[in-house]
Amino acid sequence: MKRILIVPLLLSASLAGSAEFTVLLPQQSSVIFVSKQMNVPVEGSFKKFTAWITVDPAKPETGKATIEIDLASIDTGSTEADEEVAGKAWFDTKNNPVASFSSGTISSTGKGQYQVTGKMTIKGKTQDIKAPFTLKQAGGTLLIEGAFPVKRLDYNIGSGIWGDTSVVADEVQIRFSFTVAAAKK
Amino acid sequence: MTDHYTRTAITLHWIIALLIFTAFPLGVYMHDLPLSPDKLKLYSWHKWIGVSVFLLALVRISWRSTHRPPPLPAAMPPLEKFAAHAVHNLLYMLILAIPLSGWLMSSAKGVQTVWFGVLPLPDLVSKDKELGDALKTVHESLNFLMLGLVLAHIGGALKHHFIEHDDILARMLPFLRRKS
Repeated sequence: MKRILIVPLLLSASLAGSAEFTVLLPQQSSVIFVSKQMNVPVEGSFKKFTAWITVDPAKPETGKATIEIDLASIDTGSTEADEEVAGKAWFDTKNNPVASFSSGTISSTGKGQYQVTGKMTIKGKTQDIKAPFTLKQAGGTLLIEGAFPVKRLDYNIGSGIWGDTSVVADEVQIRFSFTVAAAKK
Repeated sequence: MTDHYTRTAITLHWIIALLIFTAFPLGVYMHDLPLSPDKLKLYSWHKWIGVSVFLLALVRISWRSTHRPPPLPAAMPPLEKFAAHAVHNLLYMLILAIPLSGWLMSSAKGVQTVWFGVLPLPDLVSKDKELGDALKTVHESLNFLMLGLVLAHIGGALKHHFIEHDDILARMLPFLRRKS
């Protein structure tokens, strides 16, 4: 009986104040990349990543995000390619296991649409990036989705013989989707 | 009834033959290569040739269905005639089935086929590792079946020309026609 009373109390508490969403739900989140090989878009993903995200849908501009991607968790679609991209010419995951992003400013670009700037570091190289994203609130979770291009050679990813961008294009599209649950009170 | 295939049929036959004689060894060679930009290039070229064979085969087969080839010599034993027709029909099927199996395999392996890097072919199946492996076996088996049939086809043509001294090969290469 007591529990039934407490639940609405908690709900109203979280709705009343600034409702921050901070708990990443990894099963409902994804980091996908699309590279172009001989002009053929080929999709892959990173299976392991962590994200420390703090967003209040009422004032997203105050949000913050730090994302770390375990580069060895790459899934290119073939074992042979997974092994290849772990090597020195690509991610060199032994020496650079993590790609990281840390947000700078967030600005509104339309209804439910935002842009985040930030710094992305891969393989010891840091670049300023901009990524548009959308926020969708559904029940107790917030869906953050966006996509942005990176130039792989800016990070020295795929050097040597792989530097030939007529085979593997320089530009790689990154698509992210993070589902974040409300902060535990 | 003329004594040789139409010029269109002859042209299509030799272009398709040339493409197959390029794509087949390329396929055998490329699949064992370690991953490299060259390997990705060769795979793309192989697929482009395969799509070309498929499209030309469609033209060839529709042409064939409206243009009867010259008859085989009346003196040819029925069993040999039957064998010749069977090999021809199987080859017609394979020049469609082999590119088709390659196209499906590529889709199942998560790589769309884009003809000459410009025209994307639809993915008729979605990414599925097991299906991809199964289609690879199908593609390989059909190719080795084709290899056998092509050897029989060439062997037959040469036997007719050099041993039986008839004009069967001249149906496809009219300049070889013997003066009668």
